[in-house]
Amino acid sequence: MTTATQLAAQSAAPQSRNDDPAAAPEGGVVQVEYADGGWVTVCRRSDLLPGRGVAVLLPEGRQAAVFLTRAGEIHVIGNRDPFTGAYVLSRGLLGSAGGAPFVASPLLKQRFSLTDGRCLDDPEQSVPVHPCRVV
Amino acid sequence: MAATDITGSDKRTDGTPARTLVLIGHGMVGQRFLEELAARGVTEDTRVVVLCEEPRPAYDRVQLTSYFSGTSPEELSMVEGDFLARHGIELHLDDPAVAVDREARTVTSRQGRVIRYDTLVLATGSYPFVPPVPGKDSPGCFVYRTIEDLKAIEDWAGRATTGVVVGGGLLGLEAAGALNKMGLTTHIVEFQPRLMAIQVDEGGGSALRRTIESMGLLVHTGVGGQEISTAEDGTVRRIHLSDGSSIDTDMVIFSAGVRPRDQLARECGLAVGERGGIMVDEQCRTSDPDVFAIGECAKTVDGMVYGLVAPGYDMAAVAADAIAAAGTTGAGATFTGADTSTKLKLLGVDVASFGDAHGTAEDCLDVVYSDSRAGVYKKLVMAKDGTLLGGVLVGDAESYGLLRPLTGSVPPVAPEQLVLPAGLSPAPALGPAALPDEAVICNCHNVTKGAIRAAVTDHQCTSVPEVKTCTKAGSGCGSCVKVLGQLVNAELEAQGITVDKGLCGCFGHTRQELYEIILALRLNTFEQVLDGHGRQEARGGDGCEICKPAVASIFASLAPAIGADGYVLDDAQAALQDTNDHFLANMQRNGSYSVVPRIPGGEITPEKLIVIGEVARDFGLYTKITGGQRIDLFGARVDQLPQIWARLVEAGFESGHAYGKALRTVKSCVGSTWCRYGVQDSVRMAIDLELRYRGLRSPHKLKSAVSGCARECAEAQGKDFGVIATASGWNLYVCGNGGATPRHADLLAQDLSDAELIRLIDRFLMFYIRTADRLERTSVWLERLEGGLDHLKDVVVHDSLGICEELEALMAAHVANYRDEWAETINDPEKLGRFVSFVNAPGTPDPTVRFVPERDQMKPDLTILSGPEIPVRTLEGSSR
Ligand code: SRM
Ligand SMILES: Cc1cc2nc3c(=O)[nH]c(=O)nc-3n(C[C@H](O)[C@H](O)[C@H](O)COP(=O)(O)OP(=O)(O)OC[C@H]3O[C@@H](n4cnc5c(N)ncnc54)[C@H](O)[C@@H]3O)c2cc1C
Ligand code: SF4
Ligand code: FES
Repeated sequence: MTTATQLAAQSAAPQSRNDDPAAAPEGGVVQVEYADGGWVTVCRRSDLLPGRGVAVLLPEGRQAAVFLTRAGEIHVIGNRDPFTGAYVLSRGLLGSAGGAPFVASPLLKQRFSLTDGRCLDDPEQSVPVHPCRVV
Repeated sequence: MAATDITGSDKRTDGTPARTLVLIGHGMVGQRFLEELAARGVTEDTRVVVLCEEPRPAYDRVQLTSYFSGTSPEELSMVEGDFLARHGIELHLDDPAVAVDREARTVTSRQGRVIRYDTLVLATGSYPFVPPVPGKDSPGCFVYRTIEDLKAIEDWAGRATTGVVVGGGLLGLEAAGALNKMGLTTHIVEFQPRLMAIQVDEGGGSALRRTIESMGLLVHTGVGGQEISTAEDGTVRRIHLSDGSSIDTDMVIFSAGVRPRDQLARECGLAVGERGGIMVDEQCRTSDPDVFAIGECAKTVDGMVYGLVAPGYDMAAVAADAIAAAGTTGAGATFTGADTSTKLKLLGVDVASFGDAHGTAEDCLDVVYSDSRAGVYKKLVMAKDGTLLGGVLVGDAESYGLLRPLTGSVPPVAPEQLVLPAGLSPAPALGPAALPDEAVICNCHNVTKGAIRAAVTDHQCTSVPEVKTCTKAGSGCGSCVKVLGQLVNAELEAQGITVDKGLCGCFGHTRQELYEIILALRLNTFEQVLDGHGRQEARGGDGCEICKPAVASIFASLAPAIGADGYVLDDAQAALQDTNDHFLANMQRNGSYSVVPRIPGGEITPEKLIVIGEVARDFGLYTKITGGQRIDLFGARVDQLPQIWARLVEAGFESGHAYGKALRTVKSCVGSTWCRYGVQDSVRMAIDLELRYRGLRSPHKLKSAVSGCARECAEAQGKDFGVIATASGWNLYVCGNGGATPRHADLLAQDLSDAELIRLIDRFLMFYIRTADRLERTSVWLERLEGGLDHLKDVVVHDSLGICEELEALMAAHVANYRDEWAETINDPEKLGRFVSFVNAPGTPDPTVRFVPERDQMKPDLTILSGPEIPVRTLEGSSR
């Protein structure tokens, strides 16, 4: 199962976080799939604020942005804003249009779909989407 | 690659023999012609082959100059998505036609293609005319027509300090503007006695000249270039002019007009005009009925060769009609002539001309308004019976959208009212309602007022964008969009359809309505507001980047009155804040932040200055004195912000709210304490005002200033609220603005005591916060406010709405509840947890935020952002 989105509410019972067994009392930890098919824990579910994002480091050193929507969905996309090259998407504002979540870049405000990474304002641009889950 | 004889008798996929149409030239008109063909279904049973000389498909030549301001060649493209593939059109780039054999009905291309045609269309455009002056081919000489030309100019200009443009017409001025922007000393040499001689008359030309000269360009009229001499390496060195003078220069751009590209036509024996241009009939057919010519290469039945894109588009439609109707007897569209009205922005100056701009008709009369100080010149040409024949507008072409469609009719108001500036006009200015249905509103796409109204009434369009898609109006040069919007809204209202004035896709209410709802119902969570008052389809959703900060700002302005926490990072509100408010700092282009401590009134002790210096030194920040009488520290990583602020708060600094739509600074002059002219203590008043209104969230930023006497050293009349000392008190000015559209503030009240002054400002600000739109500065708000300044005076000075007590109470609550956001944040460990580069590696700084030295300080290293992703691990621990 590698859908980009995983409802936290439907997630498996809380399991312990790999590196810190005591850290998952509030509904688990967020894991992101990386290049070779492995899963890596990036943060606690409780680190996330609905409507905002955080930046995380993936094992090979890339940056990703993790978002929590109001409905409790978690989405992970690349942190780099392709328009400016700056690593800032995690600090953009989350919104939804027609029920689909997006983030608006904090620099020049272009919007990116959180489900498929496409830029809603310029079909030429997109950002990577990382499969994720809460365990 | 030499492909030969791709014959015209090959088979479609279904086996039927295809007709072949060959188009030579894929410019603006060529592309439009292909779209017109496809729209008529011709591409379904005809093989279409396009030979294109340039290395890229058709692009927007009209917008060519925007290449210099960063628009990429891809963005200029006119070919949408898979248009060509979808219609099976074969496009050969970089492969111009070199010969046409009308007997054999073939076209030969440079790469060796030989294509048989049934129908041939020439859309070869024009070439720039270069006067035959010695030295014209030396390196450093350019023309201005294609993206390749601009690339070459850009390359050369990088090494040049001076440039000369030969030709002061439309394109010459565009080219000169581009050189000027690149920092070159720029000369314009024009043979005619005035600039833009084709479009404007003498008065207009001189208004234009004054404005252009005031930008630092050097204009030489009535002289021509005679010879170009070169340096030892053969590159351009100097241009000699016809009056014996010369200009030392590193480059020359020739922009001395264009000539139709009719050589292919000449060589294959088609009729061409005496002074060039392929002769065509009303259907754009050449002297050979199977060959058409359209666009700038054609000489039409009225004897004209049109150098504008709109007539070319008309020809494209006419030719497509004729080709689609081949074999049938239906009478298609015809081209008999076109309107050459134009509105342009040249070097930031609006220039428009329409109809009989030069007043060539017999017995015509001029109505002229001219203000050389403001660089405004307007002339209308009227017939004796009062019919508007044409006109010229320079410096203020606002009324073009209305005047052009009125041409040919007797305007409903006196002509002098049509040229007077809005403020001076004795009667209400003419609205689009006055236009007849036949009036052409959009010149580019030839759309009449009647067609726009029909889009609303018959085609059920309910918004401007829908009308644009339905009629194409407004999708060309854009000069008609304003009038279009007014017409569509008027028509919608006449239909009883409420025009959608909603804040965004989530809310059908305006900001002002949301303010009233939030205050009346004491709402203080975004969910309450969205789920209870949002559009049906948006309820339960996440909101968007427009409404979230707007609602957050209303909450913050009203915090005590609605039972919300005034602290913007309070949990319920934190998620709504714009990025800058969320980190209480301004994000810079590389993702780092700037820090601006408040320095009320611009007054600061040496001790505090030293602290700022020490903090900047210790964190390696770039420092700059701002335009707002304070100091900006740039280049902080998000994880450094709390440490920086801990130091600043300890030294007694507070947030300067440079990141918020909130009060910025109250600038001061030194005032009566020191200055020999000062009549009041302007510094004390500035500090009092800044401390009173600090942290006040509003629809847009608020700026203020206090001057100690009428000499106005603090520039108070350029501020949202400005105060100028008088012998007996203070004068209050409101709704001034610097920035992009400067506006002088209006006097609201005179000779106020301290207390009266503050009471009036309290009321003014709260009334603005209550009624303004999102991101609407006070200056724009006042222009929109019904009844204008008089109404504002009635409300805040005479309390005509009976709301002043409430406005004052709201301000009093704000003042009483103010807390410094940074002091609060550094004392809240949970909030501080958010100030990290990475949640899963709190100690690791973001490796992409790096700096390089410049002028003894540092600046962002942008090269690091243009490459591929940078692994972080290897850099761990490299933080300073
Ligand atoms: C730092 C400063 C330039 C400087 O180095 O001097 C500056 C910097 C910015 N200005 Fe400004 N403005 C600065 C003084 C001004 C002034 C001069 C003044 O205030 O006396 C003006 C003209 C006066 C006015 O506003 O009426 C000014 C007119 C603007 C405008 C145009 C506003 C308008 O109504 O047209 C914008 C854009 C906007 O707000 O939409 C803008 C926007 C900006 C932004 C916020 C652009 C952005 O979004 O990144 C810049 C962010 C600064 C930062 O990151 O810290 N800035 N800006 C000045 C900070 C003053 C301060 O201490 O707070
Ligand atoms: C800087 C600039 C600003 C302008 N601003 C405006 C404006 O504001 N308003 C306005 O109305 N107009 C403006 N124009 C004019 C407008 O661009 C032209 O009217 C329009 O491009 C004409 O279209 P066209 O297809 O006839 O010619 P073009 O767009 O020039 O296209 C002709 C194409 O045919 C190609 N070609 C020529 N010979 C051959 C051959 N033998 N084989 C294959 N291909 C060939 C050429 O390379 C070219 O690509 C501007 C022009 C410039 C350069
Ligand atoms: S405004 Fe008047 S008081 Fe203030 S510094 Fe200027 S001259 Fe002096
Ligand atoms: S007049 Fe140019 S887009 Fe309408």
